[in-house]
Amino acid sequence: MLLYGTGEFPDWGDPYSPASVHLSNDYLEKAFDQTQVPNIVTAVLADYRGFDTMFETAVIFTAGLACFLLLRDFREKEERFYRHTATGVILHVKDSQKVLLVEREFEHMDKDWVPSDLIIRTVCRIIIPFIQIYGLYVIAHGDFSPGGGFQGGVILGSSLILLAISYNLKTLMRRVKEKILGIYAAVGVLIYVGIAVICMPMGGNFLDYSKLAPLLPSDPHHVRALGMLGVEIGVGIAVTAVMVIIYVNIVSAGRHDEGL
Amino acid sequence: MYWPIDLIVLTFVIFCAIAAITVKDLLATAILFGAYSFMMCLLWAVMGAVDVAFTEATVGAGVSTVFFVAAIFRTSRRTKD
Amino acid sequence: MTDLLALIAAKYNYWLYVILMMIGLYAMIAKNNLIKKLVGMNIFQTAIILFYVSIGYKRDATLPIIENVHGGHGSVIHAINYINPLPHVLMLTAIVVSVATFGVAMALAVRIYQRYQTLEEDELRMRLSEK
Repeated sequence: MLLYGTGEFPDWGDPYSPASVHLSNDYLEKAFDQTQVPNIVTAVLADYRGFDTMFETAVIFTAGLACFLLLRDFREKEERFYRHTATGVILHVKDSQKVLLVEREFEHMDKDWVPSDLIIRTVCRIIIPFIQIYGLYVIAHGDFSPGGGFQGGVILGSSLILLAISYNLKTLMRRVKEKILGIYAAVGVLIYVGIAVICMPMGGNFLDYSKLAPLLPSDPHHVRALGMLGVEIGVGIAVTAVMVIIYVNIVSAGRHDEGL
Repeated sequence: MYWPIDLIVLTFVIFCAIAAITVKDLLATAILFGAYSFMMCLLWAVMGAVDVAFTEATVGAGVSTVFFVAAIFRTSRRTKD
Repeated sequence: MTDLLALIAAKYNYWLYVILMMIGLYAMIAKNNLIKKLVGMNIFQTAIILFYVSIGYKRDATLPIIENVHGGHGSVIHAINYINPLPHVLMLTAIVVSVATFGVAMALAVRIYQRYQTLEEDELRMRLSEK
């Protein structure tokens, strides 16, 4: 039945099809004069349709929140394993009351512990800063080349996930505490909404960036590009935090101790 | 020279999709899903949608496959059908 | 006969997109494992996004990024030379929503496995009805 409906469609690649005639021509012709941003897709996404992007950021934040609420398990582990680093002897402590007296020679272990491979550790340790610089570059150049806030945020998030995969999960949790991740996710959404709300007391509508001109030191045409940049930074921060939250909660089933 | 690329990549995509839902091992499903996502990214890049292709490359072949493998690690790996 | 051939040559891609959508829909309905259903949902979503993006394509047109920007404000931009950017914007949001849904669904699958020790739908239904 659907195949019969495709008989009515316009030909592929037709420049005069109804989807391309009414509104998009306006966007293409006027976007550069009004916003000084060459990448039309980012201009439409962050400026002309900024309302949709705000709610999309809220959806991502809600997904991270839902994942955290579904899976997080705050109980203490019942049995613990310790491994003597000099000889390789493994201790299995079943009772949760006893505490080891000589803590420095023993290291924590999980049930499926494998020794960290030297090649993987070294290569990932060298590559992760470059991936992060690339992620920041993609966020900042969203105006001139394909990219934008969301793509750069996912790249930054996956660099942190790479740290968790190459070492173990406890290394990541020691560097990035859980509370800070939650605060970052909320701060990202708040930056977006904050920039949108600030435009209102300055005399414009909600999300009207051109009224921000007295605050920022540039001419009235560039203000819209700067407003777009601020909004993309907010989206990037929120997406980074949420990707790491979802990964950490899925791979450890909520307990934040074992992992891939 | 242009429409053969489209046709070949589209047939690859359909084969990847059919294979991804037919195999019984879930890890193979994860890898085939990553390949399907990468073929989609190629299709969009050929059509001129570079922003969409960039997003699908990072999300599909990066984060989505990692979530899939992490979930398989916590649940069973073989399925019955 | 040549009319039919012209019809096929102009619209074959729409038929392939419909076939891809139907593969995804079949996987969502007819498979027993929960994770296979999830893969089918994602195939369905990306097939719809592919269909929308292919609507905005124009023959002999270039990317929607304006070049030669430092030359001044004198040049006039003809919209017919650039691909329609509006479907790209809407589909960017769709991809974001799809990955968020995928993450939450994986979390749900892990929770179900913790509770019932299985991910097959018929076994789940048996265990739910006998509880």
